[in-house]
Amino acid sequence: MKHIESRQASHGSTTSYIIGFVLSILLTILPLWLVVNHVLNRTALIVTIMIMAALQFLIQLLFFMHIRESEKPRYNVLAIILGIVFVITIVGGSAWIMTFNSQVQ
Amino acid sequence: MEPKFKISHFFIHGDPLILGADVSIGIATVMIIFVLTYFKKWKWLWKEWLTTVDHKKIGIMYVIAALLMLFRGGVDALLMRTQLALPNLKVLLSEHYNEIFTTHGTIMILFMAMPLIFAMMNIVIPLQIGARDVAYPFLNAISFWLFFFGAMLLNLSFVIGGSPNAGWVGYPPLSELQFNPGPGENFYVLAIQISGIGSLATGINFLVTILKMRTKGMRLMDMPLFTWSVLATSILIIAAFPVITVTMLLLFLDRFAGAHFFTMTHGGDPMMYINLFWIWGHPEVYIVILPAFGIFSEVTSVFSKKVTFGYTSMVVSMMLISFYAYFTWVHHFFTMGAGAGVNTFFAVSTMIIAIPTGVKVFNWLLTMYQGRIRLTEPMLWTIAFIPCFAIGGATGVMLSIAPADYQYHNSYFLIAHFHQVLIGGTVFGMFAGLTYWWPKMFGFKLNETLGRWAFWLWNIGFYACFMPQYALGFMGMTRRIYTYGWDMGWAPLNLISSIGAVIMGIAFLFQVWEIAYSVKYGERDTTGDPWDGHTLEWSLPSPAPKYNFAVLPEVHGRDAWWKTKEAKERGDYEEKKQELEPIHYPKNSGIPFILSVFFFIAGFGFTFEWVWMGALGLLGVAICLIVRSFQYDTDYYISVDEIKETEAALRGEV
Repeated sequence: MKHIESRQASHGSTTSYIIGFVLSILLTILPLWLVVNHVLNRTALIVTIMIMAALQFLIQLLFFMHIRESEKPRYNVLAIILGIVFVITIVGGSAWIMTFNSQVQ
Repeated sequence: MEPKFKISHFFIHGDPLILGADVSIGIATVMIIFVLTYFKKWKWLWKEWLTTVDHKKIGIMYVIAALLMLFRGGVDALLMRTQLALPNLKVLLSEHYNEIFTTHGTIMILFMAMPLIFAMMNIVIPLQIGARDVAYPFLNAISFWLFFFGAMLLNLSFVIGGSPNAGWVGYPPLSELQFNPGPGENFYVLAIQISGIGSLATGINFLVTILKMRTKGMRLMDMPLFTWSVLATSILIIAAFPVITVTMLLLFLDRFAGAHFFTMTHGGDPMMYINLFWIWGHPEVYIVILPAFGIFSEVTSVFSKKVTFGYTSMVVSMMLISFYAYFTWVHHFFTMGAGAGVNTFFAVSTMIIAIPTGVKVFNWLLTMYQGRIRLTEPMLWTIAFIPCFAIGGATGVMLSIAPADYQYHNSYFLIAHFHQVLIGGTVFGMFAGLTYWWPKMFGFKLNETLGRWAFWLWNIGFYACFMPQYALGFMGMTRRIYTYGWDMGWAPLNLISSIGAVIMGIAFLFQVWEIAYSVKYGERDTTGDPWDGHTLEWSLPSPAPKYNFAVLPEVHGRDAWWKTKEAKERGDYEEKKQELEPIHYPKNSGIPFILSVFFFIAGFGFTFEWVWMGALGLLGVAICLIVRSFQYDTDYYISVDEIKETEAALRGEV
């Protein structure tokens, strides 16, 4: 079966997994620390968290999802474009929809 | 920390209905154990079913579980309709009524519609694309058992701890600790969470299966339309389910850890829950309808003896639906008042998504046009679906007009609308699929006469039940009320509606009878192709051997099996003699079952906030994962001799 054959393909080294893991953990703990300790003001905090989220997204793609290793990258590219569209829709859409809150209050 | 829930919270007492359920569950359990022991079937159950990784058997288990859940959800529905049949009845008290409509909705969507769809996917997809199993058979078994134990967790709430009561949507602040301190909502959150992991894995599994495991020669545009519909659904599942997982996690943190994501105070925003819920919830609607569209396409084509009219436009419209499905979610809460800009955008996007669906309806009609139509049971369900869905679609477009929606919102008009598209679309579709593929699953056809009884009773019951509800909505009856007075003038229509519900209940009994009767007397399918089918699954014996295809077929173009049959008739079919080769096959494994039991223990522990039990469950989950990572001996080869023997036995009987 095809899924057996793909086992022989390279799936990254232990080092790259550990790097990815450590970076992901850091990018998760750091925002929490910023929130808990009230280090930044509101706008700066939101922007920082968003940047870290985007970075984490890239790290997961590179280190865990093996975005660079495929004979046929077409599916990857399609999936990522679709994914980005959905992420923008969910985040941007929610922000837009929730602006009514500031008008109401 | 003192545990919040004590043993005294455990059993619910005082309600005769629940006492009855307690007793019947006890009796059923004892009977199952007795039968299994008496006939010495424990080993058989474990080896053949609980540990199986065969997609066909997993599919059958999904069917059984889904039909049981249909029964449970149906009983809920009948209880509600009994309570509402006449004004001022006291069949259910208000609190109990709240629990019943909550479990009815949750079970019907997540534990009836979803598993029926997964059943169809599992049973059909590998056979249709000429594959020997799904891409990840082990993961597939995990998906099933997680769904199963998620469903069991929710069902348990009825007799232990108390059911959730904040509606199937579980909106805060009602679902928050402040207004809902009992374990009920925890059952809801954790059951959805556990089965949600399974659903997500199923989406990934089938996306990969369809993209990577098609047989030689089958291009994407050669795929049967059911396969296309599952591809579209898988994409929807992958993008939508993480959202509900996160939403439920946040709600759980609110309830369990004292967070304030959705509370009324401390900066929480209940509206955000509603927003996130429907970012999942709207694609979910299309997750449950698209496979039904796929089934209808197969059925109309086969029973009209024509190729599908407008195949390309069918594919394009399905993919468009799965894309647009992400841009309509606000129409579930227009009345939140997000402003004219937001509501206009989502009203227009909702109207747009009706267009590809309309295209599909015309394609089905034109497929039937001038076809040689055979009115078999699957075809009957398909023909009944079209007008039903057209009405449901039209009322949907009425609801999509944002200003008008302020009138319809949460009225019985809405209830009638979504039952019309869910029953008329998804449920009829699954019945069409079940009756169509039943011979492939079990090797015999379902009895046509009893099937027709069930079909007509379902349809009469459906229209009697839900047409009056449109009117009741206009008369001001709102959803989720548990009683009303004579002075409202709603009594006659409600009575008709309740009678309709009872007729549907009788229809379900006919289906049970139909299955039971056909097990014994149903026409045996000796050819493997009882309907004169078009696609590859009908080229196999019924039921198919565990490896499906002894030799993987090579196909050219659409409707491969039909073309082969035509070539055979013309006499210019040359069978390529291919040597049998040993078939690589995954070994059965008990881990998916055990892993899911641990998930269940964890879910139960966290429901009662008994952290030790939750932690124990999660520890078990971790151990299962680790054990699996170190298993290398996970597959084997089926020898050529065994294949020859199996094939000879299968064909020999023919």
